[in-house]
Amino acid sequence: METLGVLLTFPMNPYLEEELDRRCNLFRLWESPPESRREFLRAHAGSIRAVVGNATCGADADTIDALPKLEIISSFSVGLDKIDLEKCRQRGIRVTNTPDVLTEDTADLAIGLAISVLRRIPQADRYVRSGSWKSKGDYKLTNKFSGKTVGIIGLGRIGMAVAKRAEAFDCPISYHSRSEKPGTNYKYYSTVVDLAANSQVLIVACALTPETRHIVNREVMDALGPKGVLINIGRGPHVDEAELVKALVEGRLGGAGIDVFEQEPHVPEELFGLENVVLLPHVGSGTVETRKEMADLVLGNLEAHCTNKPLLTPVI
Amino acid sequence: MAGDEPQSPDLPPLLLLRKPIAFLLSSLSTRFHLLKPWESPLPLPAFLSAHATTVQALLITGLAPVTAVILDSLPSLGCIVTTSVGVDHIDLLECARRGVAVANAGSVFSDDAADYAVGLLIDVLRRISAADGYLRQGLWTLAGDFPLGSKLSGKRIGIIGLGSIGSRVAKRLEAFSCTISYNSLTMKPSVPYKFYPNVCDLASNNDALIVCCALTSKTHHIINKEVLSALGKQGIIINIGRGALVDEEELIKCLMNGDIKGAGLDVFKNEPLVPKELFSMKNVVLSSHSAVNTEENILDLYQLIIANFEAFFSGTPLISPVSA
Repeated sequence: METLGVLLTFPMNPYLEEELDRRCNLFRLWESPPESRREFLRAHAGSIRAVVGNATCGADADTIDALPKLEIISSFSVGLDKIDLEKCRQRGIRVTNTPDVLTEDTADLAIGLAISVLRRIPQADRYVRSGSWKSKGDYKLTNKFSGKTVGIIGLGRIGMAVAKRAEAFDCPISYHSRSEKPGTNYKYYSTVVDLAANSQVLIVACALTPETRHIVNREVMDALGPKGVLINIGRGPHVDEAELVKALVEGRLGGAGIDVFEQEPHVPEELFGLENVVLLPHVGSGTVETRKEMADLVLGNLEAHCTNKPLLTPVI
Repeated sequence: MAGDEPQSPDLPPLLLLRKPIAFLLSSLSTRFHLLKPWESPLPLPAFLSAHATTVQALLITGLAPVTAVILDSLPSLGCIVTTSVGVDHIDLLECARRGVAVANAGSVFSDDAADYAVGLLIDVLRRISAADGYLRQGLWTLAGDFPLGSKLSGKRIGIIGLGSIGSRVAKRLEAFSCTISYNSLTMKPSVPYKFYPNVCDLASNNDALIVCCALTSKTHHIINKEVLSALGKQGIIINIGRGALVDEEELIKCLMNGDIKGAGLDVFKNEPLVPKELFSMKNVVLSSHSAVNTEENILDLYQLIIANFEAFFSGTPLISPVSA
């Protein structure tokens, strides 16, 4: 792979970066300031045959256009929303992602967020650390998670893993998907609003596409209601963030556990003072174990490409 | 006399030691003639003496202790109901000696306690509370991505106490593909999990220990220095039982020295006092004895309390009895 010129778009993982540096010809996009990105790409366009991106910075149309020698984009994510897939199809550029290896972590986090929001775990932790237990007594009563109806948007790998976990808490499961999935006992709703109206915890677990942008809008949040909890482990743009803030501040939505935002790392500051939200800095797959597996998958795909073997996890 | 409700004396008398929340008080007052020492100018011992012949039933709220001295002042007592699951605040041997039946909250809280244990475990491993704080302090924009946590799925979890709560914790964690093993007073042949008669062995074969057992003289400091050492540098402790199940000083030393990886603690030796060394630690999650404190439980709990007393007064077996 030594002759493979790889553009790494973001310092996403030290191990991945070291391996790419050691085994390939590595170009680090962030070493050039944003104003000089164009020149940076032009200067190295002759060498760059692969791009490794992630959920923060992928390969949009401009980037792909600037790299005439580009053969493969190997994403350090399962989500493909930051890659211009249509352009890749047109140019015959291969695309790989990291499915399966991060399914469990993301599903674990969805359940962790649901319990954290309903039981106010981070809030209770801050309460104790501030000395309030001594001065004000026990933290107030919270809400039970077990037995709550869970509605899942997207019943793919991650959605199914969330369902399996929630079932162990005696949560009745229902879902919305582009089409009904045979072979499950879960109740299907053909619209997200109906799903929300019949769920106490609504979990976003689908892919981000033009069709699913703002799939959770004001109407859905109102249907979920003042006792409902929204969990987003998908992508920020799945949820109309401005409406989310209003719904929470006005009490039309009971609570939210959010791992992803529309303009990461920026998070609406109105959320910071709320007790009924848990906010996470996009840590869905953020464990030592899973990031190593993801990195190995990226490297494995690049290796396969260079040795003319079948790609491990091709999308295109 | 002050402290007696001016209501129908046909209602069976029920003694409380501490004032409970208003909702419980009103639920009880329609069914029982409540004796409320906090409304009396008499000191407690005098109040108890004054009602010694009539008090057969006692409701314990807020973990108020029931000692031999209190039992001595209530010679007609036949039944104690506590609003908690734990009964370590009640001298069960003395109760048995005097023929006083004791009932607790049964399994009303078990789901909530199990949920909380799992929630704490996910929080410690995935650093949810710490990451939420990081974000709210503006550090995601200032300092970049949050450091990586640890995966839960597939980990080996050792449960101490496989009763009503422990078995529910096990069921939940199985759905995360965790391997479950346990230590209990006796092995349970009907469960599929591996039994370790020795807690140190349980610790050395697991990535996390969840303490769910009752506090008795046998289980005091069941998590001690040896167990923590066996658990090791990658190990996590979750305690939703009682503070005294864990040697708190040893635990803090291990956390400060990096001899274990982290802890989720709902209970402490001297509640509400929490050792301040814990306040600055990023690898612990703390809560104020809240594992069962949900709104949904409260109605179920009150119904159970009333059902227990009604059973007692009608001469039928208690609904959720506890044995010594």
